[in-house]
Amino acid sequence: MSTGWRDEVARVAALARIDLVPDELDRLAGELEVIVQAVAKVSQVVTPDVPATSHPVPLSNVFRLDVPVAPLDRDEVLAGAPEASEGKFVVPQILGEDA
Amino acid sequence: MDDLVRMSATELADALTNGQVSSVEVTQAHLDRIAAVDGAVHAFLHVCDDEALATAREVDRARSAGEDLHPLAGVPVAVKDVVVTHGVPTTAGSRILEGWVPPYDATLVTRIKHARLPILGKTNMDEFAMGSSTEHSGYGDTHNPWDLDRIPGGSGGGSAAAVGAYEAPLAIGTDTGGSIRQPAAVTGTVGAKPTYGSVSRYGLIALASSLDQAGPVTRTVLDAAWLHELIGGHDPLDSTSLTDPVPDLVGAARQGATGDLSGMRVGVVTELGGEGYQPGVLARFSEALELLTAAGAEVVEVSCPHFEYALAAYYLILPAEASSNLARFDGMRYGLRIEPSAGPVTAERVMAATRGQGFGDEVKRRIILGTYALSAGYYDAYYGSAQQVRTLVQRDFSAAYAKADVLVSPTAPTTAFRLGEKLDDPMAMYLNDVATIPANLAGVPGISVPAGLGDDGLPVGFQVLAPVRADDRLYRVGAALEAALESGWGGPLLAQAPELEVAR
Amino acid sequence: MSAATLVDYDDAVRRYDPVLGIEVHVELGTRTKMFDGAEQSFGAEPNTQITPVSLGLPGALPAVNGTAVEYAIRIGLALNCTIAPSCRFARKNYFYPDVPKNFQTSQYDEPIASEGWVDVELEDGTTFRVEIERAHMEEDAGKNVHIGGEGGRIHGAEYSLVDYNRAGVPLVEIVTKPIPGAGDRAPQVARAYVQTLRDMFRALGVSEARMERGNVRADVNVSLRADASAPLGTRTETKNVNSFRAVERAVRHEISRQAAVLDAGGTVVQETRHWHEDKGTTSPGRIKSDAEDYRYFPEPDLVPIVPDPAWVEQIRASLPELPAARRRRLATEWGYADAEMRDVVNAGAVELIEATVAGGVTPAAARKWWMGELARTAKDRETELESLPITPAQIGALQKLVDDGTLTDKLARQVLEGVLAGEGDPEHVVAARGLAVVSDDGPLLEAIDAALAAQPDIAAKIRSGNMGPVGAIIGAVMKATRGQADAARVRELVVQRVTEG
Repeated sequence: MSTGWRDEVARVAALARIDLVPDELDRLAGELEVIVQAVAKVSQVVTPDVPATSHPVPLSNVFRLDVPVAPLDRDEVLAGAPEASEGKFVVPQILGEDA
Repeated sequence: MDDLVRMSATELADALTNGQVSSVEVTQAHLDRIAAVDGAVHAFLHVCDDEALATAREVDRARSAGEDLHPLAGVPVAVKDVVVTHGVPTTAGSRILEGWVPPYDATLVTRIKHARLPILGKTNMDEFAMGSSTEHSGYGDTHNPWDLDRIPGGSGGGSAAAVGAYEAPLAIGTDTGGSIRQPAAVTGTVGAKPTYGSVSRYGLIALASSLDQAGPVTRTVLDAAWLHELIGGHDPLDSTSLTDPVPDLVGAARQGATGDLSGMRVGVVTELGGEGYQPGVLARFSEALELLTAAGAEVVEVSCPHFEYALAAYYLILPAEASSNLARFDGMRYGLRIEPSAGPVTAERVMAATRGQGFGDEVKRRIILGTYALSAGYYDAYYGSAQQVRTLVQRDFSAAYAKADVLVSPTAPTTAFRLGEKLDDPMAMYLNDVATIPANLAGVPGISVPAGLGDDGLPVGFQVLAPVRADDRLYRVGAALEAALESGWGGPLLAQAPELEVAR
Repeated sequence: MSAATLVDYDDAVRRYDPVLGIEVHVELGTRTKMFDGAEQSFGAEPNTQITPVSLGLPGALPAVNGTAVEYAIRIGLALNCTIAPSCRFARKNYFYPDVPKNFQTSQYDEPIASEGWVDVELEDGTTFRVEIERAHMEEDAGKNVHIGGEGGRIHGAEYSLVDYNRAGVPLVEIVTKPIPGAGDRAPQVARAYVQTLRDMFRALGVSEARMERGNVRADVNVSLRADASAPLGTRTETKNVNSFRAVERAVRHEISRQAAVLDAGGTVVQETRHWHEDKGTTSPGRIKSDAEDYRYFPEPDLVPIVPDPAWVEQIRASLPELPAARRRRLATEWGYADAEMRDVVNAGAVELIEATVAGGVTPAAARKWWMGELARTAKDRETELESLPITPAQIGALQKLVDDGTLTDKLARQVLEGVLAGEGDPEHVVAARGLAVVSDDGPLLEAIDAALAAQPDIAAKIRSGNMGPVGAIIGAVMKATRGQADAARVRELVVQRVTEG
């Protein structure tokens, strides 16, 4: 396995906000290399004139009326939160946030 | 009265309607069966004894009061743990959601509750539905009722095993690349993936938004038709939901069960067979084709040349969408929160620690792959090309459906493999879905029905695919095949399964 | 280089050519959020306007608010944009605790509106055209409140509280093309542009557009180049500049700061900067390594928007007259000179005069009241014209009393005082204060006779045909009638009296 793939996994894991231990980095680097090589064949078969399909069954203009619905029960929602206080979610300090 | 847990949902519905049995008796019988065998099978992550019995009592009261009830009212159902249930723990098989109790119901759960089917519990699955063996569950393996050392398929191994082990007559599955059909095939049960958009995705914990679809997991084709009709239909909460009315699936299943398929053109997909398929799987497939011909169907061969690229496209589209869908699991609002073992406790670092520890290997693998495929510089070559392949696959389907009313193939290339056998070889695991994935890419409906046993004595599945919105054809052909096969076997395939040891 | 180094603004714009770029976010005033039915209103209790969708709960799916789409099209049309025949939403992936799904549903390469322009009126009455690149729809984030001491950065001691009421509120983001040619007026152009959009949002009825509530937020891009023929310089983006004055100050500051960097032979760093209202300065934001890799892809949970051309034309036809066009039309209708109209606009008197004219008062008289006596009163009281306790209808009634001779101008001003003092409508003040013109000749003649008798030498002069001192008699009569006499009538009667005499 090339160090290139290890660096690539580290870069992507940071983007995906996933801590990986060194063993995982090594293993995923090898796996990613194999899988990427296998799936890269998609670019061999398509030509620029082939449109992309993002929805299997095309629809358009699906709109909702601007009418309020009942909100969730706040206590029920906050009961499922890792931490809550004063009706709000408590999260660890956010870097770069204006104090 | 027969053994309640061995009756089909339709038979139970009739018995309930006729007053031969109460819903409490039926529900209790299934709860007892779960208690007896689930220690070995491990199909369930959570069992809702009290809630299920409460619903059953309510149905019995309503029935005695002469209220109008849905035909399936009082027939219990199991729900895959990827489906959000208000007040009932929902984890999608992931440790990152351990203990999370949703404050709302998925639309299909609302429909089940409205029709008053007691919900027995939540079934095991590969974490976030990523896998073909249920070995990627964060809560332990589910075992195949035919051989407890083997996989029950995945990701919906729990639902298939629950139905196959007589723990539930009906179950809900979800199918992103075969997660309903492949488990059905390897457990000798029936599973249908509806047309994309015909069953609401609202409340399904999303794996790949453009591929996911919920559907029925049952022991008979007619039961699947009933459950499919119950959960199907337009939902304004899902913007990709089709507005078409649900076709008459029960009627189609009943018509098929008469055994007459005259006028039906059945297309055999050249690319879905041959190399990589076990001889026993191919033999059962050929025999099934003969039965369809005998029933009056015309069998033709069709070619779908781009199916060769479907697996590659799938393993780009799915991880890409999943990497974004699963971003919300970050330890801020619900579920697991892990603080980094050293260094400052910032939101950013808590998110990374939570996701690093909360997600299993397969989930991390696919998120990494998907993030890579979407990241700057790679989008066009990977995600963009994969979406173009999707167009080519759709064109293959269109061309094939010009020649045939339905397409058929083996559901999976092999019978159930041993637990652990493919765990270290992701690519080998991915190949399990080679025959089921094209349907998800194109949005077409598909069903797997039992086709017999392979050379190893394990179930083989027969897949039927229909054009978009023509789900009724699945049920007609599926029921016809089921009837023909069962008349040969002298009963359902599951009757040949070894008896599970009953814990007392 | 010290962060405080600045080049004098006038010097900076003499030697460098500033180029602007402005991104304005406006929160739409729909009842519900962009992608779900959670109600949105200002000032609700924290986390009470949340649904599974706005909280990003597992399994939740978005559904587009059709009214928000209509509002976005309104904005696009008002900005003279082309409405896309088809457009889509995309996911902008980045992790942040106030973004519940850890992606923002936005529009990327397919905005609903693009390629437009808007004319901005500057203080000197000239207009400046700003080219619009695009306007697209997206959703707002929740709000964090940082808790923890400034100094005490103890492990784990600091945290934030998150309220998701705002998460999912519909936004339209309007992005300009680079704005060259503003020269030394760049700060003023930036301010006027944001103000023009604010007025436009209100006129269109798409937002309350209250700056102080964050309904309208501006990100200001500034770059400098040697002259107008040089390629664009490196720009900075100053985020969340949320008042008109701050927009002007931030541009001014960045021009001075960047000029100092360039003068020192340095290069401007392309970065996000924060605006500090208290100090009037900007500072660099956090450098995010992954800032530019948002991994956009089409939102698979939503379907394309294909606006029916007939719908777009219907919206276009229903667009209200926009503030600038309206001002031009009214100036012509009222016959005001450009400078007069500008004063009226600056005084916030357009609507007041319009309502007064609608009540039957001539435009000239309406302007005289509002821009004269009332403007002075407002200034004295340090308040806005529209806050004075007087209505256009009351001005109409007052003018009517002048026109029919009940009041003289002087009396009318006293009545105005009474109305402003809360004494009621003009008719009521006239009656209560007994201020009507004395129109009965009887009492006037009595007063005239008394005045003539009191000043016989003046009376004699008048009788001899010298009308010079008649003012003294008129003055005396006015005094006797406490100003309620019509001076012209008094004069007539005096002449009549001496001639008879």
